[in-house]
Amino acid sequence: MTTQAVEKYHNDFLKEVEKNVEMGHMVKMCMQCGVCSGSCPLGPAWEHPPQEIFMMIRAGKRDEVLTSDSMWMCTSCYNCIVRCPRELPITHIMHGLANYAHRLGIAPKQNPTRRFAQMFWKNITSTGRVNELKLSVGLYFMDGIASGIKKGLEMLPVGLGLMKTKRLDPMGMVSGHGCKGRADIQKMIKKATEIEDKRKGYAA
Amino acid sequence: MADMKVGAYICKGCGIGERLNVAQLVNIAQKEGKAPIAREHEFLCNASGVEMIKNDIANEGVNHVVIAACSRRAKAETFNFDNVAVNRTNLREGVIWVTPADDDKKEIVQEMAADYIRMGCAEVKKMEAPQANPNHGNNRRILVVGGGISGMTAALEASKTGYDVLLVEKTGALGGWAAKLWKRVPNREPYADPMDSGVDAMIQAVSGDKRITVHLNSTVTKTSGAPGQFSVDISKESGGTSTENVGAIIMASGFTQFDANKLSHYGYGKSANVVDQAGLEELAKKANGGAIKRADGKEVKSVVFVQCAGQRSPKEGELSYCSGHCCNTSIKQAMYFKDQNPGIDAMVMYTDLRTPGNGEDFYRSAQKKGVIFTKGWPKEVSASGELKFKDVILNEEVSTTPDLIVLATGQIANSGVNIDEVKQDEPGQWASTPQSVLNMVYRQGKDLPQLVHGFNDSHFICFPYETRRTGIYTCGPVRRPMDMAQAIEDATGATLKAIQAVENASLGRAAHPRSGDLSFPSFRKEGCTQCKRCTVECPFGAIDEDEQRFPVFNEGRCRRCGTCMGACPVRVISFENYSVETVATQIKAVDMPDQFDEKPRILVLACENDAYPALDMAAMNRIQYSAFTRVIPVRCLGSVNTNWVVESLNAGYDGVMLMGCQKGDNYQCHFVKGSELAHVRMSKIDDTLKGLSLEVERVQTYEVAITDIERAPKLINEMAETINKIGLSPLKF
Repeated sequence: MTTQAVEKYHNDFLKEVEKNVEMGHMVKMCMQCGVCSGSCPLGPAWEHPPQEIFMMIRAGKRDEVLTSDSMWMCTSCYNCIVRCPRELPITHIMHGLANYAHRLGIAPKQNPTRRFAQMFWKNITSTGRVNELKLSVGLYFMDGIASGIKKGLEMLPVGLGLMKTKRLDPMGMVSGHGCKGRADIQKMIKKATEIEDKRKGYAA
Repeated sequence: MADMKVGAYICKGCGIGERLNVAQLVNIAQKEGKAPIAREHEFLCNASGVEMIKNDIANEGVNHVVIAACSRRAKAETFNFDNVAVNRTNLREGVIWVTPADDDKKEIVQEMAADYIRMGCAEVKKMEAPQANPNHGNNRRILVVGGGISGMTAALEASKTGYDVLLVEKTGALGGWAAKLWKRVPNREPYADPMDSGVDAMIQAVSGDKRITVHLNSTVTKTSGAPGQFSVDISKESGGTSTENVGAIIMASGFTQFDANKLSHYGYGKSANVVDQAGLEELAKKANGGAIKRADGKEVKSVVFVQCAGQRSPKEGELSYCSGHCCNTSIKQAMYFKDQNPGIDAMVMYTDLRTPGNGEDFYRSAQKKGVIFTKGWPKEVSASGELKFKDVILNEEVSTTPDLIVLATGQIANSGVNIDEVKQDEPGQWASTPQSVLNMVYRQGKDLPQLVHGFNDSHFICFPYETRRTGIYTCGPVRRPMDMAQAIEDATGATLKAIQAVENASLGRAAHPRSGDLSFPSFRKEGCTQCKRCTVECPFGAIDEDEQRFPVFNEGRCRRCGTCMGACPVRVISFENYSVETVATQIKAVDMPDQFDEKPRILVLACENDAYPALDMAAMNRIQYSAFTRVIPVRCLGSVNTNWVVESLNAGYDGVMLMGCQKGDNYQCHFVKGSELAHVRMSKIDDTLKGLSLEVERVQTYEVAITDIERAPKLINEMAETINKIGLSPLKF
């Protein structure tokens, strides 16, 4: 975990965001109208809505921003981007901030969005195709065996229905369900990650 | 003038012929209106109709004309005859377009038209064709007071249009505030960077202009006269006074910066790192494009701009208003730092950022350059330079200690003395005062009247450059807070108004808003009781007093509203074509049905600027109102003499409605105070009504805007309804 001394209401953290966060250079263009916060369907679930996050960045509140779970609440509905009068790519900035915090290792460890995102990434990159059964079972058991069984039982009728209509193959739990040329896909992803890391200044 | 001969002409066009019995109207004009010549015509406004009238004027000796056709607001050019008194009787918008065409209403509609014919014939006999003011001046030179951006713009614009200019500047140099700026807010695409103020080039242009005579270190110590013939004393600081004659005056005396010493809670004067915007311009000028240093020599690496310092504040001694320019100015000043070194932290702390017009692009440009904008409420600056404030977005009490804090303080108008607060000099005892800008020898005071916050009253809604002194125009921040771009536009507008004023004056005509009107007020001195109501109430300070306290009319300063006529308790003030008589005779001319006819009569005295056009437009939209109504247009509600109201009640009218413009600080009255005065005068009518044993509801005063197209007829119908309820007036004989 990197910590940097940041003086409040000076621009050090804003500059860090501009350099490291996707579309971070647009943060300074926010004019604090609050339309994004008002437009967010998940607004009440955010501790700091986007408008506030932008102000916190300018105020130099580095730790509060990067350890916040607020930007992990974004569902990418794009309502804010559509409405922002200053045309800030708010959704992208939120994901950019989350991603940056994650890379720094200071993102909230137990945040379900972060964990699900990781699970999804692992799932899709390992075979080149999403294994839905494994992904959903993984999701049910994310918080332990007991709650996993409970959620599984709740979803049992749905699962059986899907099986009857041949929408769900129980063999997915054991079969590979991968794509052709899995190694090539993994090579591509590795290269892409390398390029991005280089662009953002991380060690490969 | 030769003997009076009335010609009445009744038009049958636009449906008047179908709806009304025109032959009967012609008969009424002859028999009751005593018009020796009364004719009808199929289309009076066409060539043959106009020719018919012109022929009667030329060959039959007709010198008083009644045009009974459309509203006076239509066909004004067509029915414009020289040296002839003209009445416009409104049968189209006033009768057939506002009444139902049903057969059972035919009788009362015809009665309405007949009454209007009677009123028109009666009025025209009391009118004379106005002859221009014989005491007019011909001076076309323009005096500009103030040599800042506004004053220099005015001088250059007047010169370019071909008028000579006298420019008086109090200090030893031209340029004003603009000369103290390092750079100015941009006034052209792409509105992205501060630009050169251009003030040096302007000073050169003024100095090199043959039409412009500049008096530096000089003030105006005496102003008297009227448009086209002002006499002005210009006194040099070192002594010596010259008297000059000018035709019009542009007052561009600018503003004084709010005294930041009053903001000690923001550390001004206590902490080395606090300056105001003017102080920063000084530092930037000194830096001359290099790193900006504080007065103590420290290079500035972080700066915070505190907006609305001592402005938009409820505190006593601070300004309650927004000065308009300071947001853009702070943005510009933040760029001084960012453009020189992008590494400097520059923050603007605001409550509401106001960047009108293209300032929005400028704001965006500052954001791109990395200027940070924080919505915050400043609390105080400690002696060590720590700024405590509340971050309004984050809802936190916080603080920061930048190298420099810039206070955005406001503009205070240099409007001279507040004539509503100081006692006026007695006639003959006048002496100039150094606080005054113009030192006018006017009955109502030495400087231009103010509206709010010390800014000169300028009719900012409808006619921005107009002041309440004819021939004197304000521009720039003395009129309202503004920036350089607005001041330049303002000065150009004021110059055009000044040119109009001298041109109208040279023809003996009225200036705005009755521009071109040849009539002017005269008074019968024998009847005057020296009550001073006219001299006090004239909204334009046009009337002075002689040593015996008789009014002295300055026709050139008069706007012809008739407020003096409405004020005069002995009714001795009149215009050639508009007087207490011209209206009173119309009131009496109406054929009053007796009490048992169940035909009420409602008199509407409608301001011809707003209420009358609203009724006309209602007619165009065929919105109907009671056919028992008789409308008389008046120049301004201020010209309504309470005597008219009393007389109409005595004559048996069942209701009297006065329709004027919006009054108060946001007035829309063309004559500023007319509507307000009318409301005050009419507030005292209740006693009169009680004396006559009449219900107070019978007389009502309204504020009607030109847009009240549906409301104005509705008000009339409500009055008709009220009369229905309380019954007809018992005073019908």
